[in-house]
Amino acid sequence: MIGMGAKTMISHSFRIAWKDLMELFRNRMGLVLLILMPIFMMTMVGFIYPSETSLNNVSIALVNEDAGFGDYRLSSTFIMALNSINDNTGMMTLTNASNLDDVREMIQTGDAEGGIIISNDFTSNIMSGKQGTITIVTDQSNPQMSAMIQAVLNQVFEQMGTALAQQNVAEQLGIDPSNALAVVKPYNIQAKGSVEGEFSYFDFIAPGIMAMTVMMSVMTGLPAAISQEREVGTLDGMMVAPINRLSVILGKTLAQMARGILQGVLILVLAVTLFGVTVHGNILLVFALLLLGVFSFVGLGVVLTSFAKDQETAVMMMTTIMFPMMFLSGVFFPTEQMPWFMQSISKFLPLTYVADALRKVMVLGADIPAITPELSILIVFGVVMTAIAVPVFKRAMTR
Amino acid sequence: MIEVMDLTKKFNGFTAVDHISFDVKKSEVFGLLGPNGAGKTTTIRMLATLTRPTEGTATIGGYDIVKRDNKVRQLIGLVSEKMIMYDRLTAKENLRFFGKLYNIPKDVLNQRTDELLDLVQLDNWKDAKVGTFSTGMRQRMNVIRALLNMPQVLFLDEPTLGLDPQSTVEVREFIKKINRENKTTIILTTHMMNEADLLCDRIGIIDHGKIATLDTPSNLKKLVSGEDTIVLKLEIPNVTKKMVGVLQALECVKSVSQENASHVKIHATGDEAFDNIIDAIRAENVKINSIENLQSTLEDVFLNITGREMRDKAENKIPMPSHGPFRQKQRVR
Repeated sequence: MIGMGAKTMISHSFRIAWKDLMELFRNRMGLVLLILMPIFMMTMVGFIYPSETSLNNVSIALVNEDAGFGDYRLSSTFIMALNSINDNTGMMTLTNASNLDDVREMIQTGDAEGGIIISNDFTSNIMSGKQGTITIVTDQSNPQMSAMIQAVLNQVFEQMGTALAQQNVAEQLGIDPSNALAVVKPYNIQAKGSVEGEFSYFDFIAPGIMAMTVMMSVMTGLPAAISQEREVGTLDGMMVAPINRLSVILGKTLAQMARGILQGVLILVLAVTLFGVTVHGNILLVFALLLLGVFSFVGLGVVLTSFAKDQETAVMMMTTIMFPMMFLSGVFFPTEQMPWFMQSISKFLPLTYVADALRKVMVLGADIPAITPELSILIVFGVVMTAIAVPVFKRAMTR
Repeated sequence: MIEVMDLTKKFNGFTAVDHISFDVKKSEVFGLLGPNGAGKTTTIRMLATLTRPTEGTATIGGYDIVKRDNKVRQLIGLVSEKMIMYDRLTAKENLRFFGKLYNIPKDVLNQRTDELLDLVQLDNWKDAKVGTFSTGMRQRMNVIRALLNMPQVLFLDEPTLGLDPQSTVEVREFIKKINRENKTTIILTTHMMNEADLLCDRIGIIDHGKIATLDTPSNLKKLVSGEDTIVLKLEIPNVTKKMVGVLQALECVKSVSQENASHVKIHATGDEAFDNIIDAIRAENVKINSIENLQSTLEDVFLNITGREMRDKAENKIPMPSHGPFRQKQRVR
């Protein structure tokens, strides 16, 4: 008897889902927006975020104050070396400037994004066994750019310095240059990812965006769909029929899920084709995770739907919750970078675990055992939320 | 068929329906008449299991509307004030969707859908989206949708609200037909007196959440036009506030309502009433252009019982007339 009831309930749910999708596909404007949203999201996030950590054609002001040592100017050699590196990489456009004030002015007018100053006593210091000073001037109004210029130039100068030291040591000790390198830089540091291949910021962000879009789609779509039907009056048509109240919510969720997954697939396709993301794990596991993500969270949507009087309120409530979730669940920035209290909030957001698990699967090629903790947390979330949502919804439907 | 016992609904302290009780017999047409906000819709929604009563209960076909709600749902059909249908689906798709919710077998449902569309002459429109229908067509759809499960009890909440005169007549005829041919018990709400008079076997006048009177239309009318009650319509050149005041002050006059600038309607009792009223007007030096002795209507009943006129008369305004019933060349929006 219970089995029969469940079967009828599910068949009614499919009916309702089918009806919702019919309505969706006949709404051309809605359909266009549905497809455009992930495209915008993807291109926006994909292009505004720095995809690589190198400079490209950044204008830098160069001040050479080097007075030299007699006729000899070490700075000329230095600039030649800098130019040859630059010719190969094309990372900077060097413009000559006369002094620090000049550089400041150029940064203010926007003619330069940073500056390099070779000090007055550059050659003389080096010749007399002291360190030569090179100053990097940065633009504080653009901290991200400054940090990058500083990091890249530091690295370049470091390498140039090492080369010089290597040469000097080889000459003075009369040893082979490669041995001399070992004296100057005894450690050879190499970085290696746990998975082969090139990775960009996009590989980090794509799984999160996918999880977020699918969940957001369901979370905003569900309350909107139910309260819209309530406002128009069609919900009464379903409620007055002898169907289980849950088949309404189940059917609606199924339709919204189909909608969300459609967007998710779109994002995945864009990520792979436009941004060179490669999926290392099982694609089915990716979708299973997305569905689990929806399950873990749909209860909250249902509770809010039950409380919302009209469509507008429902959508507003959902947005209020979704917005902090977007930023706190590590979709855009790793949660580890956040202060501790924000980190603890992020632990209560199911999206955190979906994004995390999805990243592990897509980037690291993890399988089910590797993401068991995330899976179990999501299941617990889902069960608790559903257990709260079902009675609340049932009550709310016969207010 | 329906037994209502002390049915009450409170919304945040506001009592929308206040301990109402009535019975409806099988295949009876029962009307709930009252102004907007009187509690008609809330009553219907409770009986249709869409709203949970705060107190009291009702049974439909012997099943309790709260405890056996799913049983009740199988017996009833609802024509709500709002159109229950999806604009982006076709007429046929709409009916099949709702039919499936009643677990009607596919072939039976297909046949019934065609029959119902035929019945209201929408068979040529069955594959057109409901969003392109005119208001009259939509309301016909709305009514047949409620008949999909062949209900024993049909609830109609303001079934002719916002319809043009043609469609109003058609829908009323259709309601009578369903009641006659299928022996369907019908409960309808309306704020239109003539509609209640025309359709209902019995009428409950509902105001402020309470049933003020419940009887057949003719008995209700007798209430106001009893042996010693008269309803007069007077035409005088100018109806002034003072004039109304003077008339109301008369002992025999129960109520005075101004119809327009030159007409007043007076309910009065007593043998001397007629003379007293005319004397009073003459005493004011006002000429009487005409006097009409009216048959009392349900409107008078309402006025008499509640002591005031029906509110929101504006809703009675009739929209642009249309051309012929079920015209096939109706323009599709």
